[in-house]
Amino acid sequence: MTEHNQDGLGVLVFAEQDEGKLAEVSLELLSKARELADKLNKKVGAALPGHNVADLAPVLVAHGADVVFVAEDPGLEQYTTVPYANVISEIVRKSDPEVVLFGASLVGRDLAPRVASRLRTGLTADCTDLQIGDFSDKKNSYANLLHQIRPAFGGNIIATIVTPEHRPQMATVREGVMPLRPADASRVGEVKQVKVDLDGSDELVRVIERFKAEKKVDLKGASVIVAGGAGVGGKEGFELIRELARALGGEVGASRAAVDTGYIAKEHQVGQTGTTVRPKVYIACGISGQVQHRAGMADSSKIIAINTDPNAPIFSIAHYGIVGDLFQVVPMLIETYKQK
Amino acid sequence: MSYKMIVLAKQVPDTKNITGDAMKEDGTVNRSALPAIFNPEDLNALEMALSIKERYGGHVTVLSMGPPRAAEISRQGLMRGADDAALICDRRAAVADTLATAYTLSCAVGKLGDFDLILCGRQAIDGDTAQVGPQLAGKLNIPQITYVEEIREIANGAVEARRYIEDGYEVVRARLPALLTVVGTANEPRPPAAKLLMQYKKARTPSEVKTEAGDDKANDEIDKLNERGLLLKEWDIDCIGADCLQCGFAGSPTHVMNIESVVLAAGEHKIIEPTREGVADLVRELVEDHALG
Repeated sequence: MTEHNQDGLGVLVFAEQDEGKLAEVSLELLSKARELADKLNKKVGAALPGHNVADLAPVLVAHGADVVFVAEDPGLEQYTTVPYANVISEIVRKSDPEVVLFGASLVGRDLAPRVASRLRTGLTADCTDLQIGDFSDKKNSYANLLHQIRPAFGGNIIATIVTPEHRPQMATVREGVMPLRPADASRVGEVKQVKVDLDGSDELVRVIERFKAEKKVDLKGASVIVAGGAGVGGKEGFELIRELARALGGEVGASRAAVDTGYIAKEHQVGQTGTTVRPKVYIACGISGQVQHRAGMADSSKIIAINTDPNAPIFSIAHYGIVGDLFQVVPMLIETYKQK
Repeated sequence: MSYKMIVLAKQVPDTKNITGDAMKEDGTVNRSALPAIFNPEDLNALEMALSIKERYGGHVTVLSMGPPRAAEISRQGLMRGADDAALICDRRAAVADTLATAYTLSCAVGKLGDFDLILCGRQAIDGDTAQVGPQLAGKLNIPQITYVEEIREIANGAVEARRYIEDGYEVVRARLPALLTVVGTANEPRPPAAKLLMQYKKARTPSEVKTEAGDDKANDEIDKLNERGLLLKEWDIDCIGADCLQCGFAGSPTHVMNIESVVLAAGEHKIIEPTREGVADLVRELVEDHALG
């Protein structure tokens, strides 16, 4: 087994920011990184590339970082792949972490594979859980590896992946999967300025136009979510889902099947490859409940499942099950709620 | 100006319809028990390449990697209008993770020679990792544009594309050669053309010929197909100059430690009758629990 630097970091988190605002997933990952690094008895680092971003470093410390690597350059103001990959790879080489975590945001999913390719190490996408544990194969035994747990094969299996021989062990995690622990303003951390040499790499790709709409769908903040799946049957069917959501003051969610078939926009998707939610009430209408979907909503306080198929997996995690046609049951819900 | 393009395409199991029969005893998925399809977003990538060819002129090669039956991807690509196709087929390249896959593909790209664009789907539906595209771009040391929805223009040695970002879009310009990953909303992939379908339905790789004709007759058959331009390219890792220690399982940093089939225990839940009374009771209970306002 490879010898690793004892002074190296336990876990390094990519601190993603856009226009000076930190991505929430980065703070969630710091919470998880803290837990993992404590098990390894090592430190947590955060890598913060950008332009004029040093004032974000204390936030990262308050959320669990022991050391923040600030890499500032005008060429890093807007995210582009190669300059960011160069900077992160350089910070990894210098700090020698056991584990590197990225949010599975569009930026993280663009960046992490490029860094893994550069460092010639393993990367596991969209993990739903991370643990420290052992691993043995025919030849060797390994202690304190990162167990990277993710659904695969359309959610039909759950795989635990390890990276035994290569360092760092890298993974991406979706926003909302790891709970965000409160900030602790009394935490003390070290801030290190990293020298940036973009070497012309910022010339390869130029962002020439950018449009960002106000976020219209707020699934994470909703206390009630009414979600539709393949059983909703079409865009028209989703009008009924919207009507119930409006009546209950909630947000509209959807399964991947409903999004992939074009019934509703991707921003409504709940699940491993969508948004992870924990509302007070989750009403699943015509959703079979593949593990990918359940991974994104199983922690809801009250789950109500409406499905014509009594064997649909969604019933296994529901608190209330209604075996019936959603086109009959949902209007009843709207009516009885309005009369309450 | 015409452009030389490579489209990466993967044959994937149709993950929407997996049953327990498809799992092997060691917990891995028995791909041969599942219907195999052209990865949907790779079809979007192929469509984008074909439309670039129609707009500017060019040459499109479909490159795939997989078991012998993945030759179907080569045929499907040619039937849709690709100019050439190649399949990397070698047991030593099997059981590869995304890094080893990207390495093997990079060697095959090298064998294909100079190119302007590599296009592939954002992700494959069996793994959903979206990693191979960026990792290949990394290996080739070329710029990448992920989540491409539209090609605006290719001019002056650069491609300008609109890409999806959270809650919006970006238009970015990347210097050629570049790698693009294409999302499903980019276009409507064309079906196979009737004429090309007739032309290529008898196209075969050498492995397929050996299986179908038997070893004795294989050489004659292969010669005949070759004369008619119907012999599909099939490359092993020696042929693409790959180091076998960087391919397949040997070249994969990640290992699968454990796989669990998702088995659901019957959960305990309260059964609500799909009647007005049942639903009214449910609403009352949720309001009393302060779950609903």
